[in-house]
Amino acid sequence: MTPSAPGVRDSTPQVGYPPFLAMDPSKKRTIRLVVALVCALGLATVLVYTSFSAGSEAKTPSQLIKSSKVGRSYQLTGKVVPGSIKRGEGQMNFKVRDRVGTASVPIAYTGQVPDPFRDGREIIVTVKRGPTGAAYVGEKDSLQTKCPSKFKAAKAGA
Amino acid sequence: MAVVGRALLFIAFAVSVWGLAATLAGIKTGRRDIALSGRRAMPVLMTLLIGAFVVLEIAFLRDDFSFQVVATHSSTTTPTLYKAAATWSSQEGSLLLWAMLLTIWSTIALRSIRGRLTEVVPVATAVLFTLSAFFVGMTVFLANPFTTLAQVPLEGTGLNPLLRHASMMIHPPALYSGYTLFSIPFAFAIGALVTKRVGADWLLATRRFALGAWLALGLGILLGARWSYTELGWGGYWAWDAVENAALLPWLLGTAYLHSATIQEKRGMLKIWNVSLVLGAGVLSILGTFLVRSGILSSIHAFVEPGATLRWLFVALIVIELVVSVGLVISRRGLLKTEHNLDSLLSRESFFLAQNLILVALAFVVMWGTFFPLISEAITGTKSSVGPPWFDQYVGPLALVLVGLTGIGPLVAWRRSGLKELGRSIAKPAAFAVVVGAILALSNADIRGDWAALLLFTLAALVAGTVTQEFARGVKARRAMAAESAPVALVHLVQRNRRRYGGYVVHFGFALLLCGVAASSSFQRITEVPLKVGQTVNTRGYAITYERPTATVTSENVSLGAELAVKHNGKADGSFDTSKSWYPANATATVGDAFAGETETDVGLRAGALRDLWAAVEPDTSRIMPLADSIDKKFGNLTPVARAVGISAVARAYLRNPPPATFRIVVSPLVTWIWAGGIVVALGGLIAIWPPGEPVRRRFRVPSSIRGGSGPA
Repeated sequence: MTPSAPGVRDSTPQVGYPPFLAMDPSKKRTIRLVVALVCALGLATVLVYTSFSAGSEAKTPSQLIKSSKVGRSYQLTGKVVPGSIKRGEGQMNFKVRDRVGTASVPIAYTGQVPDPFRDGREIIVTVKRGPTGAAYVGEKDSLQTKCPSKFKAAKAGA
Repeated sequence: MAVVGRALLFIAFAVSVWGLAATLAGIKTGRRDIALSGRRAMPVLMTLLIGAFVVLEIAFLRDDFSFQVVATHSSTTTPTLYKAAATWSSQEGSLLLWAMLLTIWSTIALRSIRGRLTEVVPVATAVLFTLSAFFVGMTVFLANPFTTLAQVPLEGTGLNPLLRHASMMIHPPALYSGYTLFSIPFAFAIGALVTKRVGADWLLATRRFALGAWLALGLGILLGARWSYTELGWGGYWAWDAVENAALLPWLLGTAYLHSATIQEKRGMLKIWNVSLVLGAGVLSILGTFLVRSGILSSIHAFVEPGATLRWLFVALIVIELVVSVGLVISRRGLLKTEHNLDSLLSRESFFLAQNLILVALAFVVMWGTFFPLISEAITGTKSSVGPPWFDQYVGPLALVLVGLTGIGPLVAWRRSGLKELGRSIAKPAAFAVVVGAILALSNADIRGDWAALLLFTLAALVAGTVTQEFARGVKARRAMAAESAPVALVHLVQRNRRRYGGYVVHFGFALLLCGVAASSSFQRITEVPLKVGQTVNTRGYAITYERPTATVTSENVSLGAELAVKHNGKADGSFDTSKSWYPANATATVGDAFAGETETDVGLRAGALRDLWAAVEPDTSRIMPLADSIDKKFGNLTPVARAVGISAVARAYLRNPPPATFRIVVSPLVTWIWAGGIVVALGGLIAIWPPGEPVRRRFRVPSSIRGGSGPA
C-alpha cells in the first residue's frame, strides 16, 4: 500500500562516507533500497512465522471432540449450555455447545469472568485438552463474551 | 415524529446525490455556477442530518417507544444522560452519527478553504459527497433509525448496563469524529492527485483537520481504555481487541503523517510517502468503522449482525477507495518527485523518516495480528488467532525505539547535523536520563530485574529532558531579545510557534503515558481469592479485609457487593466498595430473574499517583437462589410491589448470612500516569491546533508568497 522507503532518494555524494557509498549516487540509492526491502522482508517473515506457530486454532465443540492434540491451545467458540454453569471456589465449570447443534464439551476455567457471561451467551475461550475423560482446561483470564448491545439479542439467544 | 425523521433522511440522501452530481457536472463542464450549487449542498446536507439526529435524540429523551431503536436501546428507567448516549449504541444511530459528523467537518473544511485550491476543491467535494451519500444511503435503505413499531411497547428493553459509563457518552462520538475527520485530508489528497496539483498547498490547507482527526481518535481510544479499566471486571485497559486495533491503525499512520508532512512543507521531500499515509489513514478509517459495525472478527465490540448487504457495501467502498488510491499514486508518481534529497543520515529529516518507518512497521504488525484469523483461514483453511503476547513481543521493542527517537529527534538540526553538535545539545537531557535510570535501578529491585521497563523509563526521562531543554532554550532566547519576564516569554514563545511547542507538550505527555503503560503492564499484581467476611488477603504491602457484605435494591437493578477495609504497610488506609449489579431483562420478571439478568461490575478503585488499588467482586448467589425460587413458586405471578418486597427479602437473606465471595484484586503502578499523560497529549494537541490569535497574526504577518498561498484559516 505504501511505496518503498523514501529515504533511498539520495543523490548528493557525501563527504566522510566510505568510498563504496560515495562513489555512485544511483548505486547507493539501490543499495539503500535493497537494505530497506531486506529489513521489511525480514520483519514480514518473522511476523508470518510467529503468527502461524503461535496462533491458536479456532474450533467449535464438535470439531474439538473430533480432533485435538494434547498440549496445544485452541480457541473454542460456541454457546454456554443453559444450566451448566457451576461456580466453585476459585474455579468455574461450564459446558460449551455448537452454535447450531448439540455437541458440547465441558470446561474447567479459572480467572476473570466477563459481566455478560450467562447461559446461552456466545463465548470464546482458549482451552487445552485435559487428562482423558476430564474437562478441557480453560486458560486463565481467556474467557471472552460477545457483547450484545441489545437485551433482545440476549433473550433470543438464551 | 418518525415521519419527520424519515423525510429529513430521504431529502438528505437526495441532496447528497445532487451535490455529487452537480460537483461532477461542474468539473466536466467547467461551469462555476453548477459547481457552486454542488458545494452549497454540503451545508444543506449537514443541516438536514443534524435535524434528523435531533429528532432521534428527542425520541430517546421522550421515551418514544414507537421508534424501534428507542424501544430496543432505552427504557423509562434509563438515566437521562444515558438516554442521550443510547442514540449511538444502535447500529442505525451510529451510522446517522457518522454521516452527520462527516458533513459537519466537510462543511467546515469547504468553508475554511473557500477561494483557495480552486482546482482541488471540486474533486475533494465530490469525494466527500460520495462518502456522505454512502452513509446516508445506508441509513435510508438498510438501517433506518426511524423505523416504527406497529405495536408500541409500554417499556423499552433498556441500554446495555455495560455501556452505562461516563466514557461511553464521549468515546463513540470522539472515535467517529476521528474517523470522519481523516476523510477530509483523504478527499483533498485524492483531489490533489486527480488535478495534478501535488504541491504542499492541499497538505497545509488540511493540516489542522489531520491534527484534529489524530486528536479525536486518540481521545476516543484513551476513553475506551478508561472504560475498559473502570467498567469491565478484569483490571486492564488494552487487550489487542480487533476493534481497538482498528482505531489504532489510522492513528498510527496519522502520527507518522503529522511528522512527515513537516518535511514536505519545509523541504519538498517525501511526497509519495505523505500522500500514501493520508490515503492509508482514510481507507483504514472506513475499515475501522466496518470492523465495529460488521462483526467479521470476534471482538467485544462485535455486537451487531448487520446483514450481508451492508457488509458487502462496506467491502465494496473499501476496495474502491483502495484501488483509486493506489492507482492515483502510481499514475502520478512522476509528479511526486522529491525536490531535495536527504543530505545526511544525521539530520532531522532522517530521524523523522526513521520514526515514520517505525510507526508504519507498528501499523503493519497490528494489522497483521488483527486480520490473522482471516489470513490464516484463507491460507490454511482453519481460523487461527494470535493473542496479546504475540502483539507485545513486537510492539514493545518498536515502542522503545520510537521513544528513543522522540528523545533525540528534536535535538538534531535540519539538513545536516554534526555528531559534535548533537553531543552538545543532548548532554544535559542524556545526563538527566541516566541519573533517573540509575536512581530507579538502585532503588527498586523490580525495575532492576526488568531491563525493558528500565530502558523505557530512561528513554522517557530523555524525552522529558529534551522537551524541558527546548522550552528553556526558547525562553532564554526570547528573554535576551525582548527583555521579557520568564512566564511572559514562555507564553509568547508558545504563541509564536504553536505547532512546534504544542508538539513538544505532546511528546512529554506521551512519555508519561508510556511510563504508565510500561509500569502497569510489567509490575501489575493480580490476586484472585475467595474471602469470607472478616478474612484478609495480602498483596504488595496492602492488607485487604472483607469487612461486610452490601446489598442495594432499586427499581432498575439489584446489587450485591462488599465493603473492603485497606491497610497499607500496616497502617489503616480507609475502605472502599465494589459490587455486582443485575439488570433484569424485563420489569415483570420473577424474583429469581432479578438475580440472573444482565450483570455489571462496579469496580472499586482507589487511584493514586504511584499506584492504583483495584477490586471487583463475584458474589456467590447459589445460597440465596433457592429462597428466590421458593418465593416464586409459592406466590406465582407477583405484582411489581410484591416482587420488590420479595427481592428485598432475598437481599436481606444475603446480608444476614453472606457466603464467601470471590475477589479479584489488582495492584497496578502508575496507571494514573496513562490518563494524566493522555490529558497532557490532548493539551499539546490543542495548543498545536488552536488558530493563531488576531494580535499574533497582525504582528507576524508573513507574505503569502512565502506561506505558499495558504495562511492561517
